Amino acid sequence: MSEDRLFVVTNDQISPTRARLGLAIIWVSFAMLFGVAAWQIFVPDAADSWRPTLYAYLLWITCLCIAQVLRFGEQGKRRLFVMPATIFVISMVFFPLIFGLSIAFTDWNLSAIDGQKFNGLDNIRQMWRDPFYWNALTNMVWYTLAILVEYVIAFGLALILNSQIRARKFFRVAFLLPLMLSPVAVSWMIGKSMLEARFGPIARFGREVGWSNPSFFGDPEMARAMIMIMDAWTFIPFMMIMLLAGLQAIPKDIQEAAKVDGATPWQNFREVIFPLMLPVSITAIMIRIIFKLKLADIIINVTSGGPGGATDSVTSFIFREYRDRSNVGYGTMLAMVYLVIIVIGFTIFMKLASRWMRPKY
Amino acid sequence: MAETQIFHDSDTDRAFKAKWYAKRVAIYGILILWTIICLFPIYWTITTSFKLAPDVMQGNMIPFWDYTPQWRGWRSLGLSPDTIGERSTVRDEFLKRFWNSTIAAVCSSLLAVILGSLAAYGLSRFEYRFGFMKNDDISFFFLSQLILPPVVLALPFLVLYRELDLLDTRIGLILLYALTVMPIVIWIMRDQFSSIPTELEEAALVDGLSIWGAFLTIILPIALPGMVAAFILSLVLTWNEYFFAALLTSTDSVTLPVMVASQTGSQGINWWSMAALSTAAILPLVVIGVILERYIIKGMAAGAVK
Repeated sequence: MSEDRLFVVTNDQISPTRARLGLAIIWVSFAMLFGVAAWQIFVPDAADSWRPTLYAYLLWITCLCIAQVLRFGEQGKRRLFVMPATIFVISMVFFPLIFGLSIAFTDWNLSAIDGQKFNGLDNIRQMWRDPFYWNALTNMVWYTLAILVEYVIAFGLALILNSQIRARKFFRVAFLLPLMLSPVAVSWMIGKSMLEARFGPIARFGREVGWSNPSFFGDPEMARAMIMIMDAWTFIPFMMIMLLAGLQAIPKDIQEAAKVDGATPWQNFREVIFPLMLPVSITAIMIRIIFKLKLADIIINVTSGGPGGATDSVTSFIFREYRDRSNVGYGTMLAMVYLVIIVIGFTIFMKLASRWMRPKY
Repeated sequence: MAETQIFHDSDTDRAFKAKWYAKRVAIYGILILWTIICLFPIYWTITTSFKLAPDVMQGNMIPFWDYTPQWRGWRSLGLSPDTIGERSTVRDEFLKRFWNSTIAAVCSSLLAVILGSLAAYGLSRFEYRFGFMKNDDISFFFLSQLILPPVVLALPFLVLYRELDLLDTRIGLILLYALTVMPIVIWIMRDQFSSIPTELEEAALVDGLSIWGAFLTIILPIALPGMVAAFILSLVLTWNEYFFAALLTSTDSVTLPVMVASQTGSQGINWWSMAALSTAAILPLVVIGVILERYIIKGMAAGAVK
């Protein structure tokens, strides 16, 4: 076994009774959990909800943690650092995922009277023929590609903030502020009032400049671009800060050496700064993609997918599938397919990224 | 003595200087332009909350200059000076949503920071082996939760919470929010802990502290700035969360973003009250952003630079 970074000599003397006690409380509490669950399954009217089973489950995992210390002493105390978080994440992710899978293959509609019914692959067949889902997926590709533009802007701003300027702190705070705002508030502030066609300041400005009839959400391409801009507005600060941190970590002597060697600013950027920034850039873009794939709030509140689904993201599409049509079964299947696509996409991206990250020299 | 000037700026030097000034102007121009882009929507929202219908329609921009600020928008929220003393159902509603948001954001961030820091500390100090999972696998397991889109969890949670009677409760939101920010916390804290030398704990252990004692009394105070950074970042993300709140709450535990969103549906020309509501919703985080900017940047930078 590999060494711990923190090496501790301990003299654990765990008596067999103590170890047995540890084992016992696990099994007793597990038996209780099992008993309560069975009771709730076989006597459906016994309680209003599944809360009793939830409490029994909580008791069981608490006993599981205590038993680690009882059975393994010092080793158990170390495990206790990681166990609560692990158990928390597993119970919050795996149970719903398994649950979700079982819903995904049903025709469950919350407004239908006769509950859920297994319908095999019908949902997938329906998805295959659903032009709006494919449209939403295509939109996601466009939205994700917009990250490249955001990256260029963020990099430029980070370079400027890193140069010799006055009042750097003021500019940093000002540039950070959009990230603090909730997307819902942003969708009102920008999407519904500033971009309003009659009285919004931007439409007014457009008319001054000579655009006779400014409309921002009538035309599909325009509407999509507006959503991209609003999302970029909130998240450019995020990339900018990460890139700025990366720039500040570049050792000064490397840049001085480049200057002494007679590099022009452009060469300095292309041959020194950019390669050194590559790992940070990839991390920033990766996190940005992750956030982009969750994009929904602005779309739901500004356009609710319109005009004609042109601005729909997958998340907002599924949200409406549930909200308007109560189609739980179909919506869950769409979400699962989305997850599979993301996982495959990310695996490929990570493989590529680890190849790019390898230094050239 | 000083009649003859000995040193002259040559023409090339002067050209250099002109270029330098041009560059300065360009840089500050970009900076100011971007500052306007960042701050104008906030300025617009705050000023609009003091406007009346004619001001909105005429496109007046600058208070006191081309229109007189009125408390109309804030009065409709029950937060203007003349209504603050009276009873107001809208204000009660607003404060309730505000309180729900605060509770959900603070509790879930605390939960995530506590659980996440413990896990990050363990992963940075000890070698674990759970079945086939080793340290790197466990870290990856935590971080991979980031790519899980909320929409995948939303519907199963809706059904699960209904069975568990957790729908429309704050505790349900808190658990879910803690899950969504946990990977970020672990990412930041792992970085923090691995930059603290292990000799500190070794000394403490020699002096007779247990491993948890050493963690709580020695390491925690050192890592506190990092924890604050992780906490603030989680706070921002959870305070602004809309998607889960919109699906999982209906009456009792509706959060502020859901309230704002439900008001935007009724468009009309009622901009002043919407602007007042938006201002009230963004103000806490704007204040946090201005005061605690250092921590936010520290938190975001933690993952970027290794």
